[in-house]
Amino acid sequence: MTAYLTSIFGIARRGRAAFLAMAVLLAPLSAQAALKIDITQGNVEPLPIAVLDFDGEGTVGQDLATVITADLERSGLFRPVDRAAFIERNIGVNVRPRFTDWRVINALALVTGRAVQHSDGRLLVEFRLWDVVAEEQMAGLQFFTTPENWRRIGHLVADAIYERLTGETGYFDTRIVYVSESGPKNNRVKKLAIMDQDGFAQSELTRGSALALTPRFSPTAQEITYLSYYRNKPRVYLLNIETGQQEVVGDFPGMTFAPRFSPDGQKIIMSLERNGNSNIYTMDLRTRETRRLTSSLAIDTAPCYAPDGSQVVFESDRMGSQQLYVMEADGTNVRRISYGEGRYATPVWSPRGDLIAFTKTLNGRFLIGVMKTDGSGERILTEGYHNEGPAWSPNGRVIAFFREGRGADQGPTLWTVDVTGYNERPISTPGWASDPAWSPLIR
Amino acid sequence: MGQSTKSKILIAMAVAGLTLAGCASTTEPASVSSSTGSAGATASADAQYLVQNVGDRVFFQTDQSNLNGSARATLRNQAQWLSQNGSVNLIIEGHADERGTRDYNLALGARRANAVRDFLISEGVNGSRLQTISYGKERPVSLCSEEACWSKNRRAVATIR
Repeated sequence: MTAYLTSIFGIARRGRAAFLAMAVLLAPLSAQAALKIDITQGNVEPLPIAVLDFDGEGTVGQDLATVITADLERSGLFRPVDRAAFIERNIGVNVRPRFTDWRVINALALVTGRAVQHSDGRLLVEFRLWDVVAEEQMAGLQFFTTPENWRRIGHLVADAIYERLTGETGYFDTRIVYVSESGPKNNRVKKLAIMDQDGFAQSELTRGSALALTPRFSPTAQEITYLSYYRNKPRVYLLNIETGQQEVVGDFPGMTFAPRFSPDGQKIIMSLERNGNSNIYTMDLRTRETRRLTSSLAIDTAPCYAPDGSQVVFESDRMGSQQLYVMEADGTNVRRISYGEGRYATPVWSPRGDLIAFTKTLNGRFLIGVMKTDGSGERILTEGYHNEGPAWSPNGRVIAFFREGRGADQGPTLWTVDVTGYNERPISTPGWASDPAWSPLIR
Repeated sequence: MGQSTKSKILIAMAVAGLTLAGCASTTEPASVSSSTGSAGATASADAQYLVQNVGDRVFFQTDQSNLNGSARATLRNQAQWLSQNGSVNLIIEGHADERGTRDYNLALGARRANAVRDFLISEGVNGSRLQTISYGKERPVSLCSEEACWSKNRRAVATIR
């Protein structure tokens, strides 16, 4: 009956109290089991899981169960069992469930928990994940946090369940930064906004007086680089999410755009436009040293590093139409990787390093797809009138993108699709939304 | 989805206010210089004259930045007008239609604005009088999702600095 300290989280978030959660393993009430979702298949049969309202005072226990259930359901890998069917209810976190009651309603996994106010004011959340068939505990964790952060604890619990049952890293305790759009199509107001990956906890990061485009997270998720039309000069900026402070990146003589961080967070890679030509540059954020990586009389843009920082994928029309190219991080050894029909744009290297997601234009339609890093094995994940701007979840399992409506009174909306091409879902936002970027997982 | 009618009206009013202020500041120098009789400035040196009598914009084919005959004719008008109005400096805005990806369209808009700038320079306009900016696909003027609108949005527009 020993409790093990596993990890400590220390992440401050804008507009909220500093987040400090401690995860402690709950001692098992039985031996460990082997229930597992095989996610190597494309179309996975979702695992039936029952999430009981967490025990405790007030509504937080029920709210936690709602967040956890929604996260698991959205992943497409779980099918939550309808609460109305539950036979056994109100089980404490330290009680073995009556497994027959759960087998009879066809649940294979069960989540029980408790959420109570600790004597020091903090919220204590505990949960256990049960294998209903083997009648064994699969996971058990305890978290302490400030009460305002209950929703984040819900995401952490969902991540723990996901990880235990799939063997992959979770992505529910993450955020998405995007461009919030309002107003008529010919005079759109575009602001940076940030939310949890499930569309909750919305907040705006810029006021909208200057056009804001293409935000991207730093590897620590503390900063965002994006394009702002501040004072009518389109330039790449750095925005600190905590302090709201901004600075322009470099002192370049023309438009800078399409920024991204290097994986180590030390550099910004972006395009600089001079006399109608766009080339790729980096700027070191400490030394301010700039470096030119491409020198073509073409449009070289949308650069993105491989996760190990050794290579860069980008798009160029140097051979006539937009295609994808890979080069070493110093700009040498440029080779074209896209050879399919149509045009290829907005390449993004997957966090696992094995795939590149892109926007493809073919016969007047805009598609989102993935290919291997040598250009082989292309797969289209979604298509339609206009899909654009893929962004990877930090575990490389899900791709967010935006979909433009057709017509004068339409606007963009955010969507996610599984890397397998299944499980396409909208993300609910208060208004039109485009240019999503997924935060890294901070643990 | 979207926002309330009330706030749309507020935005429209704010934009109208900006436009009026912009006109006032650009016409003022012209009237001052014409009253002093200085060379290179006439009463025609205003935005309205540029739009109605000279032609403020040229159009492009899909994904192209080369200037066709009609575009060249408009730009020769602009060059002549600039030579007659030496106090006028221009900002050339490059735009793209909505049928492209965001980063690429920013670059394409810049390419179009620079094609115009290069042509005006070849017609004798001093390059220091010509700034460029790209808006990519961010500022369409025609809103339908058909070629009839896209062809009006693939444009480079001269505005008085």
